[in-house]
Amino acid sequence: MNLTLRVWRQKNSQDKGHLEIYQANDINEDMSFLEMLDVVNEDLIKKDIEPIHFDHDCREGICGACSLVINGIPHGGKKGCTTCELRMRNFKDGDTITIEPFRAKAFPVIRDLMVDRSSLDRVMQAGGFVSVNTGGVPDANAIPIHKEISDKAMDAAACIGCGACVAACPNASAMLFVSAKVSHLATLPQGKVEREQRVRKMVAQMDIEGFGNCTNYYECEAVCPKEISVKSIAMMNREYMRALVK
Amino acid sequence: MKLESKVPSGPLAEKWDKHRFEMKLVNPANKRKYTVIVVGTGLAGASAAATMAELGYNVKNFCFQDSPRRAHSIGAQGGINAAKNYQNDGDSIWRLFFDTIKGGDFRSREANTYRLAQVSNNIIDQCAAQGVPFAREYGGLLANRSFGGAQVSRTFYARGQTGQQLLLGAYSALQRQIGLGKVQMFPRTEMLDLVLVDGHAKGIIIRDLVTGEISSHAADAVVLGTGGYGRVYNLSTMGLGCNVTAAYRAYKRGALFANPCYHQIHPTCIPHTGEYQSKLTLMSESLRNDGRIWVPKNKGDKRPPGEIPEEERDYYLERKYPSFGNLAPRDISSRSAKEVCDEGRGVGPTGYGVYLDFSEAIGRLGKKVISEKYGNLFDMYELINDEDPYQVPMRIYPASHYSMGGLWVDYNLMSNIPGLHVIGEANFSDHGANRLGASALMQGLADGYFVLPYTIGDYFARVGAQNITTDRPEFREAEEAVSAKIKKLMSIKGERTADSFHKALGEIMWEKAGLARNESGLKKALEEIATLKEEFWQNVKVLGSNESLNQTLEKAGRVADFLEFAEIFCYDALNREESCGAHFREEYQTKEGEALRNDKKFAYVSAWEYKGDGVKPELHKEELEFENVELATRSYK
Ligand SMILES: Cc1cc2nc3c(=O)[nH]c(=O)nc-3n(C[C@H](O)[C@H](O)[C@H](O)COP(=O)(O)OP(=O)(O)OC[C@H]3O[C@@H](n4cnc5c(N)ncnc54)[C@H](O)[C@@H]3O)c2cc1C
Ligand code: FES
Repeated sequence: MNLTLRVWRQKNSQDKGHLEIYQANDINEDMSFLEMLDVVNEDLIKKDIEPIHFDHDCREGICGACSLVINGIPHGGKKGCTTCELRMRNFKDGDTITIEPFRAKAFPVIRDLMVDRSSLDRVMQAGGFVSVNTGGVPDANAIPIHKEISDKAMDAAACIGCGACVAACPNASAMLFVSAKVSHLATLPQGKVEREQRVRKMVAQMDIEGFGNCTNYYECEAVCPKEISVKSIAMMNREYMRALVK
Repeated sequence: MKLESKVPSGPLAEKWDKHRFEMKLVNPANKRKYTVIVVGTGLAGASAAATMAELGYNVKNFCFQDSPRRAHSIGAQGGINAAKNYQNDGDSIWRLFFDTIKGGDFRSREANTYRLAQVSNNIIDQCAAQGVPFAREYGGLLANRSFGGAQVSRTFYARGQTGQQLLLGAYSALQRQIGLGKVQMFPRTEMLDLVLVDGHAKGIIIRDLVTGEISSHAADAVVLGTGGYGRVYNLSTMGLGCNVTAAYRAYKRGALFANPCYHQIHPTCIPHTGEYQSKLTLMSESLRNDGRIWVPKNKGDKRPPGEIPEEERDYYLERKYPSFGNLAPRDISSRSAKEVCDEGRGVGPTGYGVYLDFSEAIGRLGKKVISEKYGNLFDMYELINDEDPYQVPMRIYPASHYSMGGLWVDYNLMSNIPGLHVIGEANFSDHGANRLGASALMQGLADGYFVLPYTIGDYFARVGAQNITTDRPEFREAEEAVSAKIKKLMSIKGERTADSFHKALGEIMWEKAGLARNESGLKKALEEIATLKEEFWQNVKVLGSNESLNQTLEKAGRVADFLEFAEIFCYDALNREESCGAHFREEYQTKEGEALRNDKKFAYVSAWEYKGDGVKPELHKEELEFENVELATRSYK
């Protein structure tokens, strides 16, 4: 198939940036979206045009590196699917596809489609952990955990930290990301010990980084490639209230 | 050069304890006088950086991704081994040790492998304490599954995302230390050289991948946890950024590269479909717990799988290896798949594929159970292939996956360069000629949480804190060399992209140094690589500037190193005139086509020393001594 791409090009964080139009010809439907961009890039290089820069690594939906807003939707809108997993069979010959970076105050663009998401790491540094040092911990089976509880923790822990939730939110809120970590740890006995501190510190850091508030649009849940539920936001709100009254 | 493994004396089971007692310690108050550089934030790097910071050392941690959480370890799916014997099925430290040594076809160091089995149990405890949501049984205790090369069920897992959950555990420990100011994190940086001061590793040169700035960092020791070199084949199950650069540049500074030809080709990956392909997706080995592998009995049988009756199917692993069946080790399973496809019995559009069929298991256990165990893998398969594996069997084929070889290290995980330590997939130490499933995660975390933090203290205590600074000439010289190389890449302005060279290299390696190798093929490969390398340095095309974010420049630098590294790989494969584990030399096989080892001549570690560009590296040997296991012919029949 042949496609027309409208791609965001921006030299660096200072540059204003603009959309460029490129043709993607002879695209095979089994290609991934990023493989399609690889093909376009090889072509651009041949024409002495610098390739389109985008983040990626694992290319199987787990590292959270790939991003891209495709036709207005982070990761392109296929349910439970990252950009790198998205296949070209979801498009048709003659389509025009607009490709832009994740946009949020806390995610400055550094080049083309690449953004700086280190704000998410800093939120984790504030409290996204259990404070145990290496060694001196109890046997792993010393604390039995109900299967349902551990499954629930795993559902939240599946977050890949891509930031699509932020990019999709009209307020650029990181609530789904933060609440996934808060829920994962607050659900498990190992994480319960520090639950109040954790939620307080992570929420405070989230504000410092310039993420917006959650006003229940739930766009985050719709685009989350790991289908993390907004129930974790409700849980985090409860955790937060609990921490405030403590 | 004499390679000293520094394996402590005494009975196997007591070596590590004894060694821990004999090692020198750094007084807790003095630890803050030492700075250590850790390159890599995978399981090995992140666990080491966090643990050393907890102990009080100052840590500088580097990775090329935008966040430490995205290291390639995140992609591991199936599980992690430990000798807990929670299933009461006869497991023990000794059995895990023995399985690992045997799985590695008796080409690893006994003492290292034993220690790995010993600390395996601590890893599971540590991860559980961090809040890693391991799979559990209804009674609330941890669940296990089986992996290849073992007859006990000792693999712990978190759905099909075990690597992700373990890495997020290590990452959370690391984030905590960053928050506490004990670790300084440098994401989006690439190590481009190692700096030696008076023969000791005391720093690195990095390129800031956003600004292009080249800078020096000094420390009292350097740790590489930079992962494997599987992308020397271009197509592999690894992340696209995985590279050999850090290890290779350390090699050029004198570190020995051990057993480069031991590289694992994983049997269960989604087959190759076209020119454009950038990666081969793994379908975890855990699937072989319930999936049955087969091809049609008859050549060229193109009927859809559902129309091929039972008696016309060949469940070749079950037929050839009745006691291990579909859970035969990876090297054997991969080779068997190639064999049946070479016979013309392969399936799928290219004929290079075999079926992995769940219909029997779905019938026996129900779709729900299967989906609980493997749901995310089935979804991933469907996203990629547009076929529902609950309905039709998966099609799989072997792909480059894991590097058993790596920089040579002694029992302390220190290379032959004092101060340079190497952990995780980047070293060569524990898996011999073939790694068993679920053992890489175990090794990465063993090295990072429980081995290196002790052994590095011994090095520090011996040499003392030296307060090396980056204004020394050694740093300037290395920075200049790095800049010159970058300038050269930028100035060629040729016609061909780095990607295209990478693909060409991958084809040479896959054809001639892949699943099966022979003397004439390897010699031919060496010639072809040399020609390709020459062309690269005359014809590669790198656009843009080196003073900005430039992915084509990054790629070109990595491909340049792969081109040189591929040569040591082939020299090693050529030298090793035997078949062992993943290294299958066609000249050395039994009548039944099984690997034929030559223990008299080759029971040694090959460690290669750099001798200059385009010159054959020099081979050093570390003889392997087996005091506790008998060198037997591996049998999984
Ligand atoms: C798809 C897949 C599934 C797997 N499943 C399993 C499994 O189920 N069980 C199992 O035991 N093993 C599994 N493995 C193997 C296992 O995941 C790896 O061997 C292991 O995670 C490697 O960890 P590591 O810490 O050594 O390196 P990596 O995780 O590869 O980390 C390397 C780090 O080094 C950094 N780095 C590299 N070069 C440089 C440089 N020049 N400058 C700066 N930083 C650099 C990277 O940024 C990264 O942080 C799997 C592997 C793959 C590919
Ligand atoms: S590249 Fe890793 S999730 Fe897409």
